[in-house]
Amino acid sequence: MRRRHLVTALLVLAVVALFALPLLIDGGSDYTGTDSQATELIEESDPGYTPWFSSVFSPGSAEVESGLFALQAALGGGVLGYVLGRLRGRRSAEKAAGKTTQPEEAGGP
Amino acid sequence: MHIAEGFLPPAHAIGWTVAAAPFVVHGARAVVKEVRENPESTLLLGAAGAFTFVLSAIKLPSVTGSSSHPTGTGLGAVLFKPPVMALLGTIVLLFQALLLAHGGLTTLGANVFSMAIVGPWAGYGAYLLTRRLGGGLLPAVFAAMALSDLATYVTTALQLAWAHPDAESGFLGAAVKFLGVFAVTQIPLAIGEGLLGVLLFRVLTVNARPELERLGVLTPEPAGPAEVSRDEVHGVSRAQAPDETTGGER
Repeated sequence: MRRRHLVTALLVLAVVALFALPLLIDGGSDYTGTDSQATELIEESDPGYTPWFSSVFSPGSAEVESGLFALQAALGGGVLGYVLGRLRGRRSAEKAAGKTTQPEEAGGP
Repeated sequence: MHIAEGFLPPAHAIGWTVAAAPFVVHGARAVVKEVRENPESTLLLGAAGAFTFVLSAIKLPSVTGSSSHPTGTGLGAVLFKPPVMALLGTIVLLFQALLLAHGGLTTLGANVFSMAIVGPWAGYGAYLLTRRLGGGLLPAVFAAMALSDLATYVTTALQLAWAHPDAESGFLGAAVKFLGVFAVTQIPLAIGEGLLGVLLFRVLTVNARPELERLGVLTPEPAGPAEVSRDEVHGVSRAQAPDETTGGER
């Protein structure tokens, strides 16, 4: 069980390191999104192209946009946490049920 | 991987929408069938959708000095097979197109094709291949998550190269350029997503064993763990025993 916790901790550490390292190594980049880089690339290489449709709704400011992104992540994270919590609760309930029945059987006669 | 609103010419926009639509309809029917026949699947279906929802909202820095987001479609593809993700991925992309001006309605078909169709299928293929080659569940999950992420971005790059070929070097030249933007940045993210998938499955194998056994992801454990003669069940059993509904949630 202890080894299992160690592996979990190492996995979490690896994920964090994977995304923290680029920030530590490189100070100069502005980390623009690849999606907007691709859009810029089209405007550069295909200057004759004009987008023929624009978004039905655009968040008014960067703050509103990041808020909506946070809302998306919160909804996803919330549901995921709910599911994992329920599954874990179910398992510990099963365990507890198993524990309470066993002593009864043992202490029968 | 979001192609911005209006950045695909009308012919491409319509073409990708027509190409993606049957997959989404099929996926919607797969979700309804799964929920109706196995109501106990609803929890894990929710987890699969939620995983895509949260991962595609987070932009992460990469060693290339740009940032990008994972897709999270590999989880549902491994658990419920890829069609289910065609619907769940579309819901995510629609949310982002309508509320976040991220992606768009005219490019929804193309974005659905890359993230909700090609990604999950590529991930599921990697999962099956790893299992058939004798790999365990966790290595297969890693491969599925990482490849569904990477394949999505490669598809987007090729879609853009097709729509906007380079003036001199044509499709190939444009493909190299767009792959340079998308695919290279995505490699560390794909690895990270693979590790996240492994973390999640380590939790699920302990807490959702009945569901995973019913879905064919885990082999039902005989009394002794040393008994490995039934290992061929992995990955194949879903096709062989689709109507096995016992062993689910009590």
